[in-house]
Amino acid sequence: MDFTDAEKKEIAYLRTRYPEARSLTLPLMWMIQKREGFVSDEAVDLIAAELDIPKIWVEEVRSWYSMFTEKKEGKYVLEVCSNISCAMLGSQDVIDHICKTLKIKIGETTPDGMFTLKTVECLGSCGTGPMMQVGDRYYELLDEKKVDQILEDLRNGKEHEQKPQEWPEYK
Amino acid sequence: MSHKKILLNFERNGTSHTLESYLKRGGYQTIAEKIPALSPAEVLEEVKKSAIRGRGGAGFPAGIKWSFLPKDNDKPVYLICNGDEGEPGTFKDRVILEENPHMLIEGMILASYAIRAKHAYIYIRGEYGFALERVKAAVKEAYETGYLGKPLKGTDFVCEITVHKGAGAYVVGDETGLMNSIEGKKGQTRNKPPFPAIEGLYKCPTIINNVETLASVPWIIANGGDAYHKIGTEKSSGTKLLSVSGHVRKPGVYEVELGYSFMDFLNNEAGGIIDGKKLKAVIPGGSSTPVLKPEDIKDMTIDYESITAAGSSLGSGAVIVIAEGTCMVKLLEILTHFYQHESCGQCTPCREGTGWLHRIVRRIEEGNGKMEDLDLLTSITKHIAFHTICPLGDAACGPVDSFVKKFRKEFEEHIKQGGCPYSGKFVRFQEKV
Repeated sequence: MDFTDAEKKEIAYLRTRYPEARSLTLPLMWMIQKREGFVSDEAVDLIAAELDIPKIWVEEVRSWYSMFTEKKEGKYVLEVCSNISCAMLGSQDVIDHICKTLKIKIGETTPDGMFTLKTVECLGSCGTGPMMQVGDRYYELLDEKKVDQILEDLRNGKEHEQKPQEWPEYK
Repeated sequence: MSHKKILLNFERNGTSHTLESYLKRGGYQTIAEKIPALSPAEVLEEVKKSAIRGRGGAGFPAGIKWSFLPKDNDKPVYLICNGDEGEPGTFKDRVILEENPHMLIEGMILASYAIRAKHAYIYIRGEYGFALERVKAAVKEAYETGYLGKPLKGTDFVCEITVHKGAGAYVVGDETGLMNSIEGKKGQTRNKPPFPAIEGLYKCPTIINNVETLASVPWIIANGGDAYHKIGTEKSSGTKLLSVSGHVRKPGVYEVELGYSFMDFLNNEAGGIIDGKKLKAVIPGGSSTPVLKPEDIKDMTIDYESITAAGSSLGSGAVIVIAEGTCMVKLLEILTHFYQHESCGQCTPCREGTGWLHRIVRRIEEGNGKMEDLDLLTSITKHIAFHTICPLGDAACGPVDSFVKKFRKEFEEHIKQGGCPYSGKFVRFQEKV
């Protein structure tokens, strides 16, 4: 495993932005996760070697932050917020619907490797709940119909156009 | 009441984040016109005069914080913008990051100039992918235009800004955890003292401010600290962004002048409660702030002092509205799970205590609670709060103590009935208008 030429160029730039190489741990981990979908043991070795720091320093970052993944998951990881505001607006219904539709439980991946379902803590979309994150995109104001459409779009590789929040008005 | 708009003084038309749009509404004028005539000390003085209090939650006066930097210092000084908005209910900084990022950058240039920061970092939570894209694009524009990376007009000061992406950890919202995260470490918090202003990022003097605080600085410098101080109340000056969620008709982010009546805000701006329901409770400043009942907020105004007097805190300005028929035990179960999940594991009272709190609340919610559990809960919080390095332990205790105190009968009903009197259901929103 190695960094690509484009990544190496980016790393050279990042080195100018921080006085200590160790600060590049998170940026490099994001770089690997973006490319591979997860951060393997091999990637930990690569980052440690690149930054000339002990592997344990990299490993503790990988295991401590909730957004880094150690093993390959589904092509699309559906992360549904289960915190207070989303819960008050029906996130459990959304979770139940996804489980039923995809025939998986929370934490599982569909047999075709397409979807993994997770619940997550607050993602800062409380006014537009229930919501879920897929990759770096937010899907907000969810209901069962909307979830069905999202799953179909993802299956068809249709990109989600992220826009600023549009807050609803209820009766 | 019409409120002065400082941070949301733009039309939400999809282009407000661009440099072109920002310049059209008078952006970067302080850099072009004020900086050449103002010394760093004068910029700091204006911020002190404004009496703006940090908008991240703690509410410490920003100008005073800046003045804590050592005078005889030969190390580099750093500025960090805290954009790790992780408190449940809070989404107000997201609006600035996504739709008004240049105002934040302008504020960071002014703050960096005032404190002579060598380099400034914007730390954005990893989950805010869109905000990150928008801020990075705005920083790029600011470099291309020469606001960043080149000496400011009439000075020898060069401002550098780097955007840093977090990776999912609520405790990184604490300033010392955030510094560790930028340094490439676990985002666990540090003991204070030393305070960041003395020994912060890379062991150098560091100032950390919230997004909303820094984005307010251009207006303060453009109009003067005294003008800002005239808005709001004597002790709570200026405007405040409130993010409103839960059972309200019009959730969203609102900018109000501090001192505004809370009930007026709830009924006028937020549109009141959905589906004609009655108000049951309000969490006024994010999940860590104690819950209040309708009678507590009757005469409350939106400012630091009034909300504290009512028994809670303005916190991050995240108003969570709860309608009648909602199970408070279930809500507390969700919140205690959050704090257990986010405890960094460093301090034993927090690591063990938050899990213990959650297990007790969960068993009450599931119908297996005992009456003595209620006193046990408040007993545990006494051993967590103020016994940890960072405020996460205290934050976990605020909801537990207040939920049990104010809705004790409801907890007792769960225990007596062996289950939820509300069938565990929440009020679900009805149709959109």
